[in-house]
Amino acid sequence: MGELLELTASEAIERIRKRELSDDEYFEAYREAAAGDPLNAYLWLAPENHEQGNREGPLAGAPVAVKDIFCTEGVLTTAGSRILEGYRPPYTATAVRRLSGQGARLLGKTNMDEFAMGSSNENSGYGAVLNPWDPGRVPGGSSGGSAAAVAGQMAPWAIGTDTGGSIRQPAALCGIVGMKPTYGAVSRYGMIAFASSLDQCGPLTRDVTDAALLLSALEGRDPHDSTSVGIEGGIKLSGREDLKGLRFGIPRELAVDAEGIEAGVQEVFDRTVALIEGLGGEVDECELPHSPHGISAYYVLAPAEASANLARYDGVRYGIREPSEDLVGMYERTRAEGFGDEVKRRIMLGTYALSSGFYDAYYGQAQRVRTRIAEDFDAAFERFDFVITPTSPSVAFELGARTDDPLAMYMSDYCTVPMPLAGIPAISIPAGLAEPDGGGPELPVGFQIAGPAFSESGILDAAYALERAIGFDAVPERVSR
Amino acid sequence: MSGLEAVIGLEIHVQLATRTKMFCGCELSFGDHANVHTCPICLAHPGTLPVTNERAVIYGLRIAAALGCEVAPRSIFHRKNYFYPDSPKAYQISQYDFPLAGPGELGGIRVHRAHLEEDAAKLIHVGESGRIHGSGASLVDFNRGGTPLVEIVTEPDLRSAAEAREWAQLLRATLRQLDVSNVNMEEGSLRVDANVSVRPEGSGELGTKSELKNMNSFRFLERGIEAELERQRELIAAGEEVQQETLHFDPSDGSLTPLRSKEYSHDYRYFPEPDLVPMVPTEEMLEEARRDLPEPPAARRERYVSELGVSEGAAATLAFEPAYGEYFERAMGAPGGGSAAATAIWVTGELVGSLRQADAEEEPLASKATPEAVRALAGLVEEKKISNGAGKQVLAALVAEGGDPAAIVERDGLGQISGSGELEAIVDRAIEAEPEAADEVRKGNPKAIGRIVGAVMKESKGRADGDGVQKLILERLGQG
Repeated sequence: MGELLELTASEAIERIRKRELSDDEYFEAYREAAAGDPLNAYLWLAPENHEQGNREGPLAGAPVAVKDIFCTEGVLTTAGSRILEGYRPPYTATAVRRLSGQGARLLGKTNMDEFAMGSSNENSGYGAVLNPWDPGRVPGGSSGGSAAAVAGQMAPWAIGTDTGGSIRQPAALCGIVGMKPTYGAVSRYGMIAFASSLDQCGPLTRDVTDAALLLSALEGRDPHDSTSVGIEGGIKLSGREDLKGLRFGIPRELAVDAEGIEAGVQEVFDRTVALIEGLGGEVDECELPHSPHGISAYYVLAPAEASANLARYDGVRYGIREPSEDLVGMYERTRAEGFGDEVKRRIMLGTYALSSGFYDAYYGQAQRVRTRIAEDFDAAFERFDFVITPTSPSVAFELGARTDDPLAMYMSDYCTVPMPLAGIPAISIPAGLAEPDGGGPELPVGFQIAGPAFSESGILDAAYALERAIGFDAVPERVSR
Repeated sequence: MSGLEAVIGLEIHVQLATRTKMFCGCELSFGDHANVHTCPICLAHPGTLPVTNERAVIYGLRIAAALGCEVAPRSIFHRKNYFYPDSPKAYQISQYDFPLAGPGELGGIRVHRAHLEEDAAKLIHVGESGRIHGSGASLVDFNRGGTPLVEIVTEPDLRSAAEAREWAQLLRATLRQLDVSNVNMEEGSLRVDANVSVRPEGSGELGTKSELKNMNSFRFLERGIEAELERQRELIAAGEEVQQETLHFDPSDGSLTPLRSKEYSHDYRYFPEPDLVPMVPTEEMLEEARRDLPEPPAARRERYVSELGVSEGAAATLAFEPAYGEYFERAMGAPGGGSAAATAIWVTGELVGSLRQADAEEEPLASKATPEAVRALAGLVEEKKISNGAGKQVLAALVAEGGDPAAIVERDGLGQISGSGELEAIVDRAIEAEPEAADEVRKGNPKAIGRIVGAVMKESKGRADGDGVQKLILERLGQG
């Protein structure tokens, strides 16, 4: 069975198609692995022989783990929050419908930081998720459950959401591939909103081929989401194995001059850059002068949108309700009880930023910074096909290490926040192992490749070639058994 | 109290009569069971997204065109944040600094803007007061939640309660003929709030205003503003200041009570709605909005008076009530019959009266009395072929059974009998029957003639021409 779980999803789908593997057997193998979940990666697991929809299509027979932020009709959906405890949505998210429509089978709903707010998965209302490489460390967040499930061989692949790095950073910390598509590539309908202008659904997979397959199933214009457009021409992998003629820019602000990048991470990054050159790619430094302000702008805009998006959790129609003498009391008690500290912190931040008299100084200013960041990328892409950075400044950190210091936690997304602000796609692929600063076990390091809007196929092509050159095949020790 | 001028601006919410809601596919309804027209979107379930109703945009553009507003080439939706159970998302999707339509004008009153938004759900407060204070519980009916609304805001150009009422009626008439709303104040598809202030006559500055809500008829609108102007004038006369506040009009006793500031004073924290893309009306949409735009009622009233010689009152009815206006237009399209002035009187007087008597909601064009027949009837009376009284009988017959007026006159023997020997005989019999009145007339008291005329009319069944009868009686009594 161990071997079965080592297959990539694409390999398994191929075997199922050739009838070398029974889809039920494959599903049950994962269901069993997930049932023994030692990482708290799942919040809900499909029951045995869970009969589901279409069993044909390009994903036929592949179980998929779904971040608990996606609504699934009749199936528990909490977005990692106590305020939605017991909530069973009356409808299913478009992304999930697309997957099941193409033959994928819902394996389970994965744990996450509450309402996707966090970089360590310690903000879940249902307990932290543990990193399969070292259960004393975080898997990253907010799609930490999805990342841990895929890396821990409890799911062949998964979907997550990325607002400021929530797919790429946990993928990096867990040693798997994670991609945030262009804003508008995948429908947000049924994806519980954190920051609507930034949120985007994407794949977390074992390799680049799987990422391309899963993304091609996800993307597409959805009449239920006015901001969705899909990816024109779909996703095409050329299978090229070199990087000849491609230009890679290393932004000084996010790599060379960035503070806080761990030595081990830097070393893996430098080694990967050398591999790119070895494959014929051109590498040079570039500038994204406003990107260092990304975190500041992000922590105004995202909480501002969140303060409105999370206002609907008022105890009136669904989720928990804490009774009180009057309406305002009920609102206050329900929200005090249902939301965790980080969510409350961001609601307060966002409410303040939008308040009369402060709007222009905060929200307005942050929007202007956002525009500048996007313009920086536009300028960089005139000279370069891609921009490359370490995905995360550090490898997976220990549980509790940053929980008392929100700013240190926010800096985990330093390299991933500028891309969603600009709306552009980016992938993180595992590039090697490194020790944390100050010593410790060897842990995965992610390498980020970002490109212009709707350049997903190009990014995946480059990542595919690089992936082969890197030859990352490490799996967590406890998983390899 | 003189010396203080009223300054009034109106904020009007118009429910659009689209098939579905503003941002989801639920059907609109009125008076259905609670919460049957709902879906995950209008109940604000997690993860749902709004999608703008294109019909609502076209209806909004149509209203903008009728009000002569400039249409914004690009407008955006904002979120207006407030916690209340009638707002399931805890924000209303509305428009803020980039509305659908900018300045316009109607009937000499400037329109500031018109924008699209969604209606709130309906709260039903269980308890004696019917209002939230003192109620035991509040129920929410989400059927109305998400109904498309156009909010129209005027400049503070109105100078009296009566003028405000008249303008609101003109607005309703204008909107009604666009076929975009039921514009019914009692049902709430037309809601008019008033911003009211006073200032010294001749002053160019604005006084502190109060906002009046819940005036759900034109009569109440006028009464509410009247009462508030009175209150503000008294305050100022007493040396006090007007406070900016929102007042709730109570139709049962005409009183105005301040709403608790906690309920309605908000920092709405407007910001652009990230779930919707900017609204850029296409050339096709603009064309559809302008297509077949009916003549504005104000222009129509003016045309009827100045070009057709219709009386002011009849012209107003025809212009403000599109169904009668269209009926009149059809009548005037008939090959012959009465003049426009006479036909207008018959349509707006007798026809309106008898239709209302028959069934308050009956459409004139659905009546058995065709426009051609009513115009022909007006012609018969105008040419003195039948008397006015006989005309009323013919109209009643037309409404009841339809047909041709001349044939009804023939059948019922309603032809005018003035000047004939038959009339003289009837007059003589009437004088004989009313000897006291006849004596009075002979003595030079013409007022006493009424009883004799009445007797003649009774015997002639209204077929006699009133003026001719009077003349004949006076002649017979030596007073001619």
